[in-house]
Amino acid sequence: MTALAHSSALADIGSDPAALRRFLHGLPGVDQVGAEARVAALATRSVKTTAKAWAIDAAISMIDLTTLEGADTHGKVRSLCAKATRPDPSDPSTPPVAAVCVYPDLVETAVRALAGTSVQVASVATAFPSGRASLATKLVDVAEAVRAGATEIDMVIDRGAFLAGEYGAVFEEIVAVKAACGDAHLKVILETGELATLDNVRRASWLALLAGGDFIKTSTGKVTPAATAPVALVMLEAVRDFAAASGELRGVKLAGGIRASKEAIRYLVIVNEVAGEQWLTPSLFRFGASSLLNDLLLQRHKLATGAYDSPHYVSVD
Amino acid sequence: MSTFDYAPAPESREIARLKASYQIFIGGTFRDGSGESSKTINPADEQPLAEVAEAGPEDVDDAIGAARQAASRWARTPGRERAKYLFRIARAIQERGRELAVLESLDNGKPIRESRDTDIPLAAAHFFYYAGWADKLEYAGFGPDPKPIGVAGQIIPWNFPLLMAAWKIAPALATGNTVVLKPAETTPLTALTLAEIIAEADLPAGVVNILAGGPEVGQAIVEHAGIDKIAFTGSTEVGKIIQRTTAGTGKRLSLELGGKAANVIFDDAPIDQAVEGVVNGIFFNQGHVCCAGSRLLVQESIAEEVIDSLKRRMTTLRLGDPLDKNTDIGAINSAAQLGRIRELAAAGETEGVSRWSPPCDLPEHGFWFAPTIFTGVSQANRIAREEIFGPVLSVLTFRTPDEAVEKANNTPYGLSAGIWTEKGSRILWMADKLRAGVVWANTFNRFDPASPFGGYQESGFGREGGRHGLEAYLD
Repeated sequence: MTALAHSSALADIGSDPAALRRFLHGLPGVDQVGAEARVAALATRSVKTTAKAWAIDAAISMIDLTTLEGADTHGKVRSLCAKATRPDPSDPSTPPVAAVCVYPDLVETAVRALAGTSVQVASVATAFPSGRASLATKLVDVAEAVRAGATEIDMVIDRGAFLAGEYGAVFEEIVAVKAACGDAHLKVILETGELATLDNVRRASWLALLAGGDFIKTSTGKVTPAATAPVALVMLEAVRDFAAASGELRGVKLAGGIRASKEAIRYLVIVNEVAGEQWLTPSLFRFGASSLLNDLLLQRHKLATGAYDSPHYVSVD
Repeated sequence: MSTFDYAPAPESREIARLKASYQIFIGGTFRDGSGESSKTINPADEQPLAEVAEAGPEDVDDAIGAARQAASRWARTPGRERAKYLFRIARAIQERGRELAVLESLDNGKPIRESRDTDIPLAAAHFFYYAGWADKLEYAGFGPDPKPIGVAGQIIPWNFPLLMAAWKIAPALATGNTVVLKPAETTPLTALTLAEIIAEADLPAGVVNILAGGPEVGQAIVEHAGIDKIAFTGSTEVGKIIQRTTAGTGKRLSLELGGKAANVIFDDAPIDQAVEGVVNGIFFNQGHVCCAGSRLLVQESIAEEVIDSLKRRMTTLRLGDPLDKNTDIGAINSAAQLGRIRELAAAGETEGVSRWSPPCDLPEHGFWFAPTIFTGVSQANRIAREEIFGPVLSVLTFRTPDEAVEKANNTPYGLSAGIWTEKGSRILWMADKLRAGVVWANTFNRFDPASPFGGYQESGFGREGGRHGLEAYLD
């Protein structure tokens, strides 16, 4: 993105909807076939022994342990928080996860349960998952989550506006939510399954980064497909290029459908070789997941003991 | 020490079932050649792998005699019967795929990732593909009753040893020819293992004969009166000698020679994928690819951005043990080839072109060359004109599409080219103007048995692969 660095006005792009549109449509295209071939090649990396042990612990420490169900209760959230802090009670060397992610009304419960730990409390907001509400409602949603103690906010963009080409409206909304976040970190959910093309994913990524999102996140987990390897590739390229143009490091969160350790490790390889090793930290890369944690714990046991445990040896939540 | 160090993940060399010595294959039997016995070495550590009994002049006579004797019966064998043998060979290559992949990487120096995912599967695919044609030749568009040529002498290079053997043998057998094949002197092992597969497939004796040996064996095959057709893949220099030798003899000839392909990136290209294609185009198989995209032509308005991306990508290439599953760049095949690459790279520096390689530790033993790019190259530089056949890329710029075409075509070769643009109309316009046998659009080095491959000008003539590939073996 050296071309960008020349036009030092990166910060000004968003102030004019026409300029924003020109910028987003001026980004280089993404060739779907080429992107798929690249991630397929990276998937052949063989991660074994010490590298695998490192990757499993890294992946655990990057998880936003998530429960986003209508049936969530305070009890369920408290039990999730216990698991987040000490994923494997039988092995204290297991790192805690990065955060617990819940609906706004359960933030307070999570904050209380996680007091004194390193685990952050993330809350979805802005009329998650559809984002179909007025801006005023969305901002109240955010403000309440922040007031309750959430240190990370996962917002959804207005995909309808994005697909209609109203980039200015999407931009303004992210800026407003960012302001409502205060000190809380903002993760911007693009819902890539609804954006459909990789060109759109690249544009939405840049739009969210320009508007001030600290993280760009693939999905709500409520839409299929959720996180996919080509989408991860394009989003990681976006944060890499954004860093080259602006000097600022922003993060990527992959959410939805990642259940197996093997998949998580493949994503870490993509992070490593596409964005670079400096992104291999919970402050710049996250997995939004729930069942992934148990698979990582089972793999961790396997590496330590040489034998696979039955799933009964890890807690259900 | 980086954050995420991939632990070594080497494939076991036991899988190759390496034998102490390998024999040549004539008339359905294995025997020691009467020529000198030579040692083939592992280019990654210079250690000997196996003893190979090379063919002498009488072996060439015997092999061609056996092929001639088998010819008429094989030609009369119904296509569906010939197909059975080809299917059998294809399946055996798949079944012994891992063994062949490790053996290829040991003998050639190429990364196991490539031999496992490209060379061996494609070799099997060629046999499967031509097996399908064997009983449909009358519908291939070469007349109602196409006839084989007879005995084909086939000489193949060291860059894709088993795959080139498959490219040569499969269409020849499908069309009813018998063959005498000579693999390259530095990489005979997979071809001689293919001889085992062929023997186990019960192919009639003499239909395929495989001789190991150096240039003198190749020369004896080319000059032999019992040969009806020569198919050669290798250097343009040797191709010219072969063409002179066969001129006026009535022998049919197909040549697949060198190249200096242009990979052209326009300012509206998908840049990340284009950079990927450039890396794949020149660093695949250490650049030992006749159709390698060794000249990068990039539109001036995005040159800086593309070169920065390319350099960043090159720092993630992993050079080292070819048997490690995470290796991207293996060993140079021979000391002689390494010498040639070094000489041309030095010539680039002497001519004042700027040279760059990522930080890269080369192993102490074996033949290695770090991935290298030269930027600010002009058409007049040697590195822009001569085939280097190594991991060395010359970067040139252009301003307009016409200039891109002019520069891309400004070479005595014409094997392949690549176009990178999101504009479909420009792809078609450009492909029409480029004088290259294969033009890839928004991809590079993609092979399929159904797609014909071959060159213009000094890159040779005749096509291999696809329906077109049958013609080279039909009278």
